[in-house]
Amino acid sequence: MVDFGGWEMPLHYGSQIEEHHAVRRDAGMFDVSHMCAVDVRGSDARDFLRRLLANNVDRLQMPGKALYSTMLNDAGGVIDDLIVYCLDDCNFRVVVNAATAAADLLWMAARLSEWELAATITARREGKDALAMIAVQGPHARGRVWQALPEYRAACEALKPFFAAVVGEYLIASTGYTGEDGYEITLPAAHAEGLWRALAEAGVRPCGLGARDTLRLEAGMNLYGQDMDATISPLDAGLAWTIDLRSPRDFVGKAALLARPQQHQFLGLLLIDRGVLRAHQSVHTAHGDGETTSGTFSPTLQRAIALARLPLATTLGEVVQVAVRDKLLAARVVKPCFVRNGSSLV
Amino acid sequence: MNIPTDLKYTKSHEWARLEADGTVSIGITDHAQELLGDLVFVELPEIGRELAAGQEAAVVESVKAAADVYAPLAGSVVDGNSALTDAPEMVNQDAYAAWLFRMRPAAASDLDVLLDAAAYQEIVAAA
Repeated sequence: MVDFGGWEMPLHYGSQIEEHHAVRRDAGMFDVSHMCAVDVRGSDARDFLRRLLANNVDRLQMPGKALYSTMLNDAGGVIDDLIVYCLDDCNFRVVVNAATAAADLLWMAARLSEWELAATITARREGKDALAMIAVQGPHARGRVWQALPEYRAACEALKPFFAAVVGEYLIASTGYTGEDGYEITLPAAHAEGLWRALAEAGVRPCGLGARDTLRLEAGMNLYGQDMDATISPLDAGLAWTIDLRSPRDFVGKAALLARPQQHQFLGLLLIDRGVLRAHQSVHTAHGDGETTSGTFSPTLQRAIALARLPLATTLGEVVQVAVRDKLLAARVVKPCFVRNGSSLV
Repeated sequence: MNIPTDLKYTKSHEWARLEADGTVSIGITDHAQELLGDLVFVELPEIGRELAAGQEAAVVESVKAAADVYAPLAGSVVDGNSALTDAPEMVNQDAYAAWLFRMRPAAASDLDVLLDAAAYQEIVAAA
């Protein structure tokens, strides 16, 4: 068990590698109740999020659609990354990271009052309204969820990726942090234990934070606090695709991003030599130095992989040197998505 | 807790076994492998390297973390278990069979000052 943003969470339930493989090959589940669900409601809810978030909530034109976004400070640094669900035009659900939740809520409340908009911000963390979240991921995840929640099957069977269905007090979303198919289920905290047991009985393997990290890294997904933070521009963290600079809409951090274009490329490294890559190792390239921001041994590829901030001139396929303890190890520059739906992409 | 009584131990979770030829086999304890989790990489010392007691000799890495393995006593490295290079998980499967390297001790009596199983058990229990 480890402390994670104030939550006591298991690194693994036995073997981190077996949990990792369970998600790639079958189905695994993660208790992600530490993530904080925040309801933003009111006639100005959309206007508020339109100014608050770097991605454009106007992409959410139908109930159930979800969007990944960063929330930036005025300097263009990343306060947090999050998923926003449109429940209806005046009702949005934002899911933020655990460690940043308290600061996020203060920031959101301050912007709301500054802009004098009509909306309420409610963190669903405590009391009878507290929500829990269970992520069920893997090629067989959907079927196992239908087995455990047969009454919800009709509502979530046809969900396309990045959509959610609201059924009573449950929000079932086809989102995730592993590069596999599956659902993230938000439900009343009092129901969480029962669902967890039902999923376990249906053959879903409990997985800890360790496997969550190796899975998201293989999928090339950023971890807040590691691959980016309030001092890093999203443009330098591989998140340009989530930033809407084209529309005339203004949002917090937009001016800073326009004034300071991308300085680094954010790419993947595949270790050629033997060893394990970790965060904050220096990377020597022909164009200057860079740094790994996350690294691990990939159980799927059986090789060490990393995400790295590299000089702008770096090209895919290039061989670079990573300083690992007293040695320089050779690594190949690849796209940061290493594995998707059980298969290697490198 | 698996702590064989015929081995010697260190506070830093290495085990040492005196072999018939006078060399000492060194590995990490069952407790250490359990803390580290699934091992994915082992870096062995070069044969012929002279090590002081307590000096960094090898590295074991799991998906979680890297850990140094220290020489329990002074001496020279005479062998490395190269089978572990391709199968580091052998350390998880049987930590006391999967030796990492062998040393010829500068003085065989140095082994006597290492912890016995009971003393190591106390250290693990107190942690």
